[in-house]
Amino acid sequence: MAELLGSYLPIVIFILVALVVGLGLLVAPFMVAFKAPDDEKLSAYECGFNAFDDSRMRFDVRFYLVSILFIIFDLEVAFLFPWAATFGRLGWFGFWSMMVFLAVLTVGFVYEWKKGALEWE
Amino acid sequence: MLGLQALFFYIFAFVTIGSALMVVFLRNPVHSVLFLILAFVSGAGLFLLAGAEFLALILIVVYVGAVAILFLFVVMMLDIDIAQVRGRMLEYAPIGALVGLVLLAEIIIAVTGNYYDPGTPLVTSQPIPPLETVSNIQALGSVLYTRYVFFFQVSGMILLVAMIGAIVLTLRHREGIKRQSVSEQVSHTGKNSIEVRKVESGKGI
Amino acid sequence: MTDFFWTYLWPAIIILAESLLFLVVLMILIAYILLADRKIWAAVQIRRGPNVVGPFGLFQSFADLLKFVFKEPVIPASSDKVIFLLAPLLGVTLALSTFAVIPVAAGWVVADINVGILYIFAISSLEVYGVLMGGWASNSKYAFLGSLRSAAQMVSYEVSIGLVIVTVLLCVGSLNLTDIVIAQTTGLGTMLGLPNTFLDWHWLPLFPMFIVFFISSLAETNRPPFDLPEAESELVAGYMVEYGSTPYMMFMLGEYAAISLMCSLMTILFLGGWLPPFGFAPFTWVPGIIWFVLKALLVFFMFALVKAFVPRYRYDQLMRLGWKVFLPLSLAMVVIVAFVLQLTGWSDML
Repeated sequence: MAELLGSYLPIVIFILVALVVGLGLLVAPFMVAFKAPDDEKLSAYECGFNAFDDSRMRFDVRFYLVSILFIIFDLEVAFLFPWAATFGRLGWFGFWSMMVFLAVLTVGFVYEWKKGALEWE
Repeated sequence: MLGLQALFFYIFAFVTIGSALMVVFLRNPVHSVLFLILAFVSGAGLFLLAGAEFLALILIVVYVGAVAILFLFVVMMLDIDIAQVRGRMLEYAPIGALVGLVLLAEIIIAVTGNYYDPGTPLVTSQPIPPLETVSNIQALGSVLYTRYVFFFQVSGMILLVAMIGAIVLTLRHREGIKRQSVSEQVSHTGKNSIEVRKVESGKGI
Repeated sequence: MTDFFWTYLWPAIIILAESLLFLVVLMILIAYILLADRKIWAAVQIRRGPNVVGPFGLFQSFADLLKFVFKEPVIPASSDKVIFLLAPLLGVTLALSTFAVIPVAAGWVVADINVGILYIFAISSLEVYGVLMGGWASNSKYAFLGSLRSAAQMVSYEVSIGLVIVTVLLCVGSLNLTDIVIAQTTGLGTMLGLPNTFLDWHWLPLFPMFIVFFISSLAETNRPPFDLPEAESELVAGYMVEYGSTPYMMFMLGEYAAISLMCSLMTILFLGGWLPPFGFAPFTWVPGIIWFVLKALLVFFMFALVKAFVPRYRYDQLMRLGWKVFLPLSLAMVVIVAFVLQLTGWSDML
């Protein structure tokens, strides 16, 4: 247990060092750079005219669909990881059990393909 | 090392609770989702401290890397009037309190009376293999696909239902849009796209 | 007190020094990778590329760094200021912190954890947040559109990257990156009677997966031909349009760190990591880290050439390639590889 956690300690330190590097870069121009803000400079970019309205708008539902499908396939990959790690010791039963699982999800995949959910218009 | 472990436990635990509270109390929904992500990440840290490295990383992959992205997609595109949300907060308070109480009761039952769980003798008779000999992921893999095959297949079915449900609920085809059919394009040859005709002079086709 | 120093502080100081050294070397390498990218691009177009700062323009990236630092940091008035600044910080920190588990030579790794590849998969799936937060916080239509496109694109190709990793894991049986490299000391080359050569590495038996991984990592890192979020002609600079000064540079740094990560990952998964291409005398004298860097640079050279040669994809074609070609292909390869391993019993030897 201590050994397991000890192997993660370097990651924490590494992330902290990376964070400090990033923070240093982020803060640097605020310390040294010349600043002369004005209204036009601070307005949102919009091809030369003033923005009509807020940029947060309703969006194509397809983006939601892509992210939902991604969740499902991501879970499938999550199930595949331990299977691949223990593959050598599972034998034919473990192999076929995963094949049935994948077949069930392939049914869903074929369904979404046929329904045209993967088409971007 | 034990002191360090305790220190990290308290950091993660307080960050989890603190960010969970922020999720509820912040008024901007995008900020709420970002704090939810922080809660997930520190939850993963707690899993890691309990020795469940695989679960910790899967929590990040699935919840932070996928589920929270969907939340963020939905919330970012909402254009909510913040004053309106704030005014209706009290309306939801009774239902929220009720759900909270039910959840609290369930947690108390689960924590104090583990005799409710019929699987308990099975679990205690087969303790988790020690981490020194078998890594977390291999211990999980060696039982999930063989001993617990039924549960594994059921989870596959649930994913299938989720997939079909998502498509049925959200898919709308717009009419009058030209789509690209790659197989049609590729199968086009000179023969079926060009036709040579004899045109008599002085007449059109 | 001395006891406390030797058991707690001293290891922490050593790790800190290792991490700092690793990051400094990595950042210098990224500076030159950036320069190489521009030089190769220029060479393809028969231009000179940057050649003024230092001999052959060798100090160009450092001059750029100074220029960025002395630029005025502009934070748009209508933006969400905290998230606006948090986004590049998150992007760069996540992209750099994936390198903690990369073994650059035998035993040369900052954190040797059991589930290294899963750690990389998890952290790189979080890199979407830098993009999404940056685009949303800017409160500009171009930035928002660009970030949505980019997020959907990164997410679509992540599935096939995950499946490719699974096929490699099937051949290895461990999630530790060092184990993945060591597993490539024996392989197809040994069976063909040419042991200890580059034929042992995974690229040969898993060649289709190598290609799928290469193209998916182009899409995952928003490189051309999949650089739609920053397509200049339609979205100006995508989610980065409101950024200037070092926040902008940090997005670029994060992007190039992610590219270097993908190059290193391809080296580890398919090209035998630090192993020499031939297991005999003149090749084994060269230290492992040299081989590692050389292979990673070779992969980067391909990245740079693709940028110079290939025209940009259209968005619907990009999604089609990810979901309708790579996903079924890599899923089928998982099944085929597993079946072959199970049938031949090669998995028992691992």
